[in-house]
Amino acid sequence: MSPAQRFIGRSRDALIAAGVALALWQGIVWATGVPAFILPGPWRVATTLVANIGLIADHAMITIAEVLIGLVVGAALGAVTALHLMVSPAARRIALPIMVFSQAVPVFALAPILTLWLGYGMASKIAMALLIIYFPVVSTFYDGLRRTDPGLIDLARTMGATPARTLLFLRLPAGLPAFGSGLRLAAVYAPIGAVIGEWVGASKGLGYLMLLANGRAKTDLMFASLFVLAAFAVALYALVSVLTRRMTSWSRESTDTI
Amino acid sequence: MTQAPDIRLSGDFHHAGRPLFSGLDFTVAAGGWTCLLGPSGVGKSTILRLIAGLDTGGSFSGKIAAGDGEPVAGRIAFMAQSDLLAPWLDVFGNVTLGARLRGEASDRTRARTLIEQVGLAEHAEKRPASLSGGMRQRVALARVLMEDRPIVLLDEPFAALDARTRAEMQELAFETLKGRTVLLVTHDPAEAVRLGDHIFILSEEGLAGIEAPALPSIREVDAPETLAMQARLFRALRGGVAT
Repeated sequence: MSPAQRFIGRSRDALIAAGVALALWQGIVWATGVPAFILPGPWRVATTLVANIGLIADHAMITIAEVLIGLVVGAALGAVTALHLMVSPAARRIALPIMVFSQAVPVFALAPILTLWLGYGMASKIAMALLIIYFPVVSTFYDGLRRTDPGLIDLARTMGATPARTLLFLRLPAGLPAFGSGLRLAAVYAPIGAVIGEWVGASKGLGYLMLLANGRAKTDLMFASLFVLAAFAVALYALVSVLTRRMTSWSRESTDTI
Repeated sequence: MTQAPDIRLSGDFHHAGRPLFSGLDFTVAAGGWTCLLGPSGVGKSTILRLIAGLDTGGSFSGKIAAGDGEPVAGRIAFMAQSDLLAPWLDVFGNVTLGARLRGEASDRTRARTLIEQVGLAEHAEKRPASLSGGMRQRVALARVLMEDRPIVLLDEPFAALDARTRAEMQELAFETLKGRTVLLVTHDPAEAVRLGDHIFILSEEGLAGIEAPALPSIREVDAPETLAMQARLFRALRGGVAT
């Protein structure tokens, strides 16, 4: 099967799955006769989405900006941290236990304090997204750097390589597939972080809009916002996935995983 | 390349508190092939790693020195059973890896010539994943040649290849590594008999030198002397008398 055929096949499967889910949803609404403020049908959600597209887009832009900034800054910080852990035994001794301990604190619990410190604007949400992705990026990339084939490292030593060049030309490229996995995880987590930040305290963003709509029993608007958030999250994952695979096209890992 | 020296390793090696070998005195002759045979776990690879200056996970007390009095470090090239190619680099990038790791400019013309010499001219832009096992070992050999060191340490480099590819690789390696001091660690008596100017068996009892066949190497696989020698080595490896 050619890649194009495979793509068409997979798209068709996805459309069928979406169609079945929508039909099931509409069927439940019809069969149970629940009022629209409890569970609106998909058609009603769609018309609400179209009618409020300007409002939703305004809020979506805020959330998207928070997620992207958090993702880029978090990934960069995570990559630098992983490289630092690799070269510095002192950093490993001191920072690793702190990092593991910090993971025992649920990031959700930090949201109120972040809002207190950084205010109701975008900064506290960016910080949430960043915090939630930082550890997965560090831990996957550090693992990848560490697990470079020891034979290659031996070879580098017999070749008279300097430690810095071994890191740059062997460990770094060897760790890229693992870094790619970390980034894909980050793409899934970052929107969660931003939305939780918005729930705790915000005046803009999709999370805020969902909470607002929910409170006013505008359940259709809540679902429409949720749909946009989910669509963005999926698109972000797909984009990061394509980019990271292109970055490591030589790795078997990059074709095996979804 | 400078004149290839001999290397002498003498001393004791302890691993996890237990001696792996003691009172060992092993010489790799200058400018020829020395084959070190033996079953797994007796310390063949450890000897090779000691000479290469690599971590062994144990403690060595003794002396490793080259016959010309110069240090061994910096004069060796290393080839292992797994090709140790960087999967993200193409053939050319792998062959010139050493220069990049040392921060030197690589001699591109020489790299092209060596890739051609090992018969991979058409594959220079391919990555290891699209090469066969035999081709990958050719790349590793070209990388060794590119390093141009007088001492070459081979840790079962042909063990994972099929019989025909292995014979071809043995011939290619013998041809291209002429004049260098080569230590080949292997568990295959046939390989040792084909290539060895000097053959040693390392076992739990210690090191035993075996007289190589009178024929000059590289020897035909099916010559009567080769076959007879192979049988003797096989018996010796199984604990018989190696004379």
